[in-house]
Amino acid sequence: MRVEVDEPKCIAAGQCVLSAPEVFDQRDEDGIVVLLIEEPGAELHAAVKDAAVLCPAAAIRLVGE
Amino acid sequence: MKRILVVGASAAGLAAVETLRREGYEETITLVGDEPHPPYDRPPLSKQILAGQWEPDRLALRSVADLYALGLDLRLGATASGLDLAGRTLLLADGTQLPYDGLIVATGVRPRRLPGEGAHVLRTFTDALALRERLGPGRRLAVVGAGFLGAEAAAVARGMGAEVTLLEPAPVPLAHAVGEKVGRVLSGAHLDHGVDLRTGVTVAEATGDGVRLADGELIEADEVLVAIGSLPNTEWLADSGLETTDGLVCDEYCAAAPDVYAAGDVARWHNPLFGVPMRIEHRTNAAEQGMAAARNLLHPQARKPFAPVPYFWSDQYDMKIQAYGYLRGHDEAAVVDGDLGERRFVAAYRTGDRLSGALAVGMPPKAIHRWRQAIAARTSWSEAVRSG
Repeated sequence: MRVEVDEPKCIAAGQCVLSAPEVFDQRDEDGIVVLLIEEPGAELHAAVKDAAVLCPAAAIRLVGE
Repeated sequence: MKRILVVGASAAGLAAVETLRREGYEETITLVGDEPHPPYDRPPLSKQILAGQWEPDRLALRSVADLYALGLDLRLGATASGLDLAGRTLLLADGTQLPYDGLIVATGVRPRRLPGEGAHVLRTFTDALALRERLGPGRRLAVVGAGFLGAEAAAVARGMGAEVTLLEPAPVPLAHAVGEKVGRVLSGAHLDHGVDLRTGVTVAEATGDGVRLADGELIEADEVLVAIGSLPNTEWLADSGLETTDGLVCDEYCAAAPDVYAAGDVARWHNPLFGVPMRIEHRTNAAEQGMAAARNLLHPQARKPFAPVPYFWSDQYDMKIQAYGYLRGHDEAAVVDGDLGERRFVAAYRTGDRLSGALAVGMPPKAIHRWRQAIAARTSWSEAVRSG
């Protein structure tokens, strides 16, 4: 699984960080998403999928699920 | 379960069908939506779409390929008109009967309207485009209702050079939601940007050339936007036997009846974290609740109460407003960080003896994360404010 984030769409809600803190962070100044792991391990897949569904800006896309 | 029906093809319905598939459900999922468009996002309608910053295709919540991969029986432009609960059958307006084993209701809300003709509302993609093409430099827009939707639209219209009159019945806009002090700060931004804000006025009707106030005064405008709240779409459930009182009434699991769940703006459920029934019209809740309802429907032996900390955001001018918790009906609001006058602060909210919410304006988004955690942990007010 590869994670893609659409940075211009991000609205800094931080739902991804709440769901999968190992994979997502936010910039300190404006809260925009920072992708920490582009290809997370299997143990993180469920949390990353939660993040993709919950992102209120639909800014997270998962490739090769 | 051989067939699950999800009624409502917006954020909550989409989250529900995606979760069903992720949880391994491989039988038929029918997704019914009354709009002709595949699932799209609504918050940008009053922001980037109205401002013309985004092309409409950016609104799609999923690509066509991703949607196709879910293997749905997708029925767009189809309106639910009735439910036979005992017979487990949904009726569509065109007469089609759809049997189901499990049902998730996510039919959302529609805007309340004013008497009279010619006024805009802002709920759908079509609404947003219709208003957008009528705004521009020198155009006069009257916005009825200074809640978050009306305030966002007013800010965008000012940015496009329109002359904006913002009409609000309450003495202080948003006071019921965020408290008087914060409400004053937020409405101050509109005054600074040249909005003609009139509070304490009741609008009686749209007249075609503006709006008429209850006292008879005519406010002339080229366009009128009515943003006075929403009504849950539950009329189609009226004869079903389900309880619909300001939303489809559900328990803490989001269940309205055995194998019938609800999610999103239409659902009124008991949130055990706050100990009260609530109906939340926020984008993030739609997705979270769609996910929760789908899981509880699929796993009846392992149901979990839905106990989220609600979250919403609003963009107005250069202000980014973010809030966690359940602020409605709060007893006290206190500024715990920053400065109200600079429109850069965090306010904490007390309900009873508990911390019930936090709202930040102009602060780094991470600044209120720990407040969210404190709300989720049911922190007492005295402890929250002491450690804040």
